[in-house]
Amino acid sequence: MLLIPCPWCGPRDEAEFHYGGQAHVAYPENPAALSDEEWARYLFFRDNPKGLFAERWSHTAGCRRWFNAVRDTATNEIHAVYRVGEPRPVSA
Amino acid sequence: MSPTTQGRRTPGADLPDHPGRLWRSAEPKRAYDVVIVGGGGHGLATAYYLAKNHGITDIAVLERGWLAGGNMARNTTIIRSNYLWDESAGIYEHALKLWEGLEEDLGYPLLFSQRGVLNLAHSLQDVRDSVRRVNANRLNGVDAEWLTPEQVKEVCPIVDISPDVRYPVLGATYQPRAGIAKHDYVAWGFAKAASDLGVDMIEHCEVTGLDVRDGRVTGVRTTRGPIAAGKVALAAAGHSSVVAGYAGVSLPLQSHPLQALVSELLEPVHPTVVMSNAVHVYVSQAHKGELVMGAGIDAANSYRQRGAFHIIERQMSAALELFPVFARAHVLRTWGGVVDVTPDASPIVGLTHVENLYVNCGWGTGGFKATPGVGWCYAHTVATGEPHPLNAPFSLDRFTTGKLVDEHGAAAVAH
Repeated sequence: MLLIPCPWCGPRDEAEFHYGGQAHVAYPENPAALSDEEWARYLFFRDNPKGLFAERWSHTAGCRRWFNAVRDTATNEIHAVYRVGEPRPVSA
Repeated sequence: MSPTTQGRRTPGADLPDHPGRLWRSAEPKRAYDVVIVGGGGHGLATAYYLAKNHGITDIAVLERGWLAGGNMARNTTIIRSNYLWDESAGIYEHALKLWEGLEEDLGYPLLFSQRGVLNLAHSLQDVRDSVRRVNANRLNGVDAEWLTPEQVKEVCPIVDISPDVRYPVLGATYQPRAGIAKHDYVAWGFAKAASDLGVDMIEHCEVTGLDVRDGRVTGVRTTRGPIAAGKVALAAAGHSSVVAGYAGVSLPLQSHPLQALVSELLEPVHPTVVMSNAVHVYVSQAHKGELVMGAGIDAANSYRQRGAFHIIERQMSAALELFPVFARAHVLRTWGGVVDVTPDASPIVGLTHVENLYVNCGWGTGGFKATPGVGWCYAHTVATGEPHPLNAPFSLDRFTTGKLVDEHGAAAVAH
């Protein structure tokens, strides 16, 4: 069970959160211009690193706000949390 | 009994000799025709059928830990073929037919027990989907029946079918030919048979890189040195993204922990396999007597072989809802494995854009039942360079063409 530091509420139990997958996946600027390969990549392909991963969480049983975290998928250690719209911290 | 000079017995001196090894633990050679990455059930079955069906025996199976110590040691051993879509029924039913003759074929006991599987329906939509699946199964030659709650009770008397519970049992699909097998024995049987045909089993040998030259794979780099390879077949389950990434192949996979648990040993109380999608648990009783229960995956990606406790808690409440008699059973052991999940909950088997590099991955929460079937088809794919007709629908390019095999929810259990 993870202890997740919500940027607004502080450290809370993982059971209070909803997972949102990879962070910083932007909607294509010009969807009509995409090839089938590019659509496939946008729709179905996400990073799956064994190591640092920038991901989205929503504190559904708390403040109900989305935020981002950088977590190491090999150890589950959370290196940073930051608000939506902020860039991924350079150090994490 | 061999007395020592002091006239006392040497501890262990009267024990029988160590039995013969089932397979040869080999030192890596410099080159092989085929290198299989991953010594789990799929890798071992693929090696066996490459040797048996295609006469290719210059094969190394590389395993970073010990043979069959990953998901092959961690699954809940359920075998069934009652999938909705034609493509899935094709490969899973092929597997089930192979299971039915596998003990004879491998010359090794697998404790394969066709005790049937019940997939419970708890809502009107569940009922409609289930009846549809029964009909689809029958059209594909897969044995399937729709059972009323009373018939469910006849097959498995300990299921609570009373109408006044939160998610009453409204019926179930039943596949009598489904069942369980002893997972370790399956791995050992394939390893022994493949080893007898000349395949090298190389344990504690982690792949750290793939050599690609002019768009073609030429070998693997490992913690035990480089190994040249004519062909490389990946069967690395939860670590497939990492290994394929060495050759620049990206896969639409997310790796998640999946947990299971067993109870203490109990008298035989559970004669079949029961799965429930709506309250999400699947239960059988192992030959030795433990109740074996599987949970759902943890939502977050992780390569740690352990999951969150609240998942276990939910799984236990689901089990108690269905089987009130389990209330006083004790959990003996819980564990987790890392499963690679695809967007359509169907596997990826076939070629990649790198010549002579093949992938078999994305089996998510349900790879064990496919072991002989995918071994058979993947071996064909690797040997001939063309997808076997049964795994052709599961090629990587389906995510570009859009021809997905969407088994999310359709396959009788949530993924």
